[in-house]
Amino acid sequence: MTTPETAAPEGADNARMLTHLQRLEAESIHIMREVVANAENPVMLYSVGKDSACMLHLAKKAFYPSPPPFPLLHVDTTWKFQEMYKLREKAAKDAGMDLIVHQNPEAVEKQINPFDHGALHTDMWKTEGLKQALTKYKFDVAFGGARRDEEKSRAKERIFSFRSANHRWDPKNQRPELWKLYNTRKSKTESIRAFPLSNWTELDIWQYIHLEGIEIVPLYFSAPRPVVERDGMLIMVDDARMPMQDGEVPMMKSVRFRTLGCYPLTGAVESTAATLPDVIQEMLLTTTSERQGRAIDHDQAASMEKKKQEGYF
Amino acid sequence: MSDMTQTDAAQTDQAYVTDALIAEDIEAYLLKHQHKTMLRFITCGSVDDGKSTLIGRLLYDSKMIFEDQLAHLEHDSKAHGTQGQGIDFALLVDGLAAEREQGITIDVAYRFFATDKRKFIVADTPGHEQYTRNMVTGASTADLAVILIDARQGVLTQTRRHSYLVNLLGIKNVVLAVNKMDLVDYSQERFYEIVKEYSHFAKQIGMESFLPMPISGLAGDNIVTRSDNMPWYQGPTLMGHLEDAPVNVAQMQEEPFRMAVQWVNRPNLDFRGFSGQIASGVVRPGDDIRVLPSGKTTRVKSIVTYDGELPEAVAGQSVTLTFADEVDCSRGDIIARSDAPCEVADQFEVTLVWMDEAEMLPGRPYLLKVGTQTMTATVTEPKYEVNVNTLEQMPSKTLGLNAIGVVNISTDRAIPFESYCDNPDLGGFILIDRMTNATVAAGMMHFALRRSQNIHWQALDVDRDAHAASKNQKARVVWFTGLSGSGKSTIANIVEKKLHALGKHTFLLDGDNVRHGLNRDLGFTDADRVENIRRVGEVAKLMTDAGLIVLTAFISPFRAERQMVREMLADGEFFEVYVNTPLEVAEGRDVKGLYKKARAGNLKNFTGIDSPYETPQQAELTVNTVELSAEEAAEQIVQALLNS
Repeated sequence: MTTPETAAPEGADNARMLTHLQRLEAESIHIMREVVANAENPVMLYSVGKDSACMLHLAKKAFYPSPPPFPLLHVDTTWKFQEMYKLREKAAKDAGMDLIVHQNPEAVEKQINPFDHGALHTDMWKTEGLKQALTKYKFDVAFGGARRDEEKSRAKERIFSFRSANHRWDPKNQRPELWKLYNTRKSKTESIRAFPLSNWTELDIWQYIHLEGIEIVPLYFSAPRPVVERDGMLIMVDDARMPMQDGEVPMMKSVRFRTLGCYPLTGAVESTAATLPDVIQEMLLTTTSERQGRAIDHDQAASMEKKKQEGYF
Repeated sequence: MSDMTQTDAAQTDQAYVTDALIAEDIEAYLLKHQHKTMLRFITCGSVDDGKSTLIGRLLYDSKMIFEDQLAHLEHDSKAHGTQGQGIDFALLVDGLAAEREQGITIDVAYRFFATDKRKFIVADTPGHEQYTRNMVTGASTADLAVILIDARQGVLTQTRRHSYLVNLLGIKNVVLAVNKMDLVDYSQERFYEIVKEYSHFAKQIGMESFLPMPISGLAGDNIVTRSDNMPWYQGPTLMGHLEDAPVNVAQMQEEPFRMAVQWVNRPNLDFRGFSGQIASGVVRPGDDIRVLPSGKTTRVKSIVTYDGELPEAVAGQSVTLTFADEVDCSRGDIIARSDAPCEVADQFEVTLVWMDEAEMLPGRPYLLKVGTQTMTATVTEPKYEVNVNTLEQMPSKTLGLNAIGVVNISTDRAIPFESYCDNPDLGGFILIDRMTNATVAAGMMHFALRRSQNIHWQALDVDRDAHAASKNQKARVVWFTGLSGSGKSTIANIVEKKLHALGKHTFLLDGDNVRHGLNRDLGFTDADRVENIRRVGEVAKLMTDAGLIVLTAFISPFRAERQMVREMLADGEFFEVYVNTPLEVAEGRDVKGLYKKARAGNLKNFTGIDSPYETPQQAELTVNTVELSAEEAAEQIVQALLNS
């Protein structure tokens, strides 16, 4: 990955052309080092998804031979897939990093779940949970794995994105970001979300995972799994907590997931792609965008923008 | 889907067939795509020039739009679109909800697409003059610029502005995209007319070259496939050119090696590495290097990465270097090739693009970040401001939002740098307001005003400590700040008498008195107030070198300048006294009748009335003149001073 191609493509000069992945990698590493050099108490938000896996891998590279000098934070909802919990522990251990798991105590107490509470589930576990954790541990900079290609309102977000004392994002009042000079100064009450994967696309992420052999949750690969069909989505019955509706019987289908979250809110796609190249092939030939599998985006127009202003990552 | 897009899709398919390899041999496809390069570019033009439509078209033609997005797009096109039943590509790229409703883009948005050869990052920025800062932001990372012109309109004021900015930011590869050719009947004559006019202008601003291209973003002419409507055009298509244009980072490999140190990597006592992203050149183990600004030399021992040690690394890569010898090196330093180091200086001529609502204040210290170094810097009054529409150089006292001007800047220490045109990574900088933390300006270094190696601080045999010791006292600056009429001068006078009686050597610098002499050329604008305090600070500093206890009585309304003086002096020498008198009390006293004048509108920029007073947050002492008499306040100050 880090050895530049010696062949000069496009018949240009003898320059050793860096590939797009090498340049993206170098940029992400640069961003991470800027954060560590400037922050008092940084943390990496780790969601166990493929973007998080990439981000964690890049962090290992950025600080090698030191382990990444910050902990991982998983804002847990208790409703993630079992396989995600398994990888979470292993990934943190392999990287030599501390893992902090935060569950919103209020949501725990009220037994908030996606079946009975709808949008409140995301609000309390994720949005509120994240704010609580950042406040509790006094993290001043949090790395997030968001990419600008994910969704329109993200296209304008800065790499260093500021949050007010109550974690709100003000899209109209963002600092200009020039060259690779990040202004990391902030008042005591503000915090920063830093997005080292801003310029990566979904395809870049997959290619990088393939090239670097990064371990990801097996749910991204198809396998026979028990699912039910609800509101046009295939939902996997990951544990016994999932209530069956009238006449519903889980069926075994060869499915995989293009994105991971809370299992009752994450739609599976029918697929036979069981290897990474198969998954990439399927992605390239497919005609629906990644976020279509996430229930939360359908709530309302420009919903992500609103959620982000409120503090959702 | 409308008829138009179906035809286009068919056309597109011929040129950009979804790579058959994807279906046939995905491994081979992946291998091929691992060797893509990356180009960043900016599109300049306003809403009317069809910029968003062009970007939407590039995304669409390179298959970066998914079916569900397309369904949304068709739905949105009918709801808010401007193309009747046709697809409004612009809706694809207009991001935030508020903008979508207003029909304009108001910020910098980044879009992504890829072809078989390259990945592209497009900075999409608005064109209006009030968004100059956004365009400059987008241009700062671009390898190439596409300047859009509406074929019906020709070269407009905004075309000139965009071109000036693109050239200012050092973008060498410029495409002049004459858009909407379909609306001028694909007229060759019209195209050349525009090109001729633009050539003339390009020469004026020193743009070395540009590539003119007749296109239609809406109809797809010369975007991906050569247009049948313009057989007279023999040049490349826009996509073809984007795929072949040179990339900055590759060109930077030809320059001497430089890397700004971001972070010192010390996992244990046996390893000490210096991490950074290489700004230019190539580095190999064994290379002789020099650490700047210290100038210490050593050799590169190894290039350490997670993937193993490298035999060489080039501009653009993020690496960690170890040295053969133990040489001091920390964040902000530049590691450069030993026989071709960069210059070190502390005064520069620079161009600034002002980006903040609050105007530039000459003399006020700002933070300057260049490479990985951050230090305090002050700017002079502009040598001139550039009118971005007419390109005229105008005299100016300051720079407001979106203004561009040439100023001198001086940093509080000598720093290694390169001129922006030689190395944007080491010559491009930002200014940060120390109070609001806002990024207030982008700057480009031109050259050093004097080489710092030629100036040496004159080492004096009788130094400041000796001066103070002979007076049997510690040099201090007792800085009185507060509203006009708060009692600063009165109290300072009494304090001086008391100190004098104790045998201390003192000197009182009074605001009004200084304005009769040293600062007689200054008025009361914010900029002049800043300069007033800067000069007083310098004078006070010289007096502390002489070992004196200096008392100053100035309103000094801004925190930033009081902080500046604090930082000029040695630790513990600055003693800030906040004379706290509420406005109504000070106004009630109105010893000099100034409040009355100000209220009547006969005195502009009067602190407390129409000019702000920023109360101290870290004063060494606050005296409340409502509760204390001047005599009591003075006694309190003397006691505090003697005890500190």
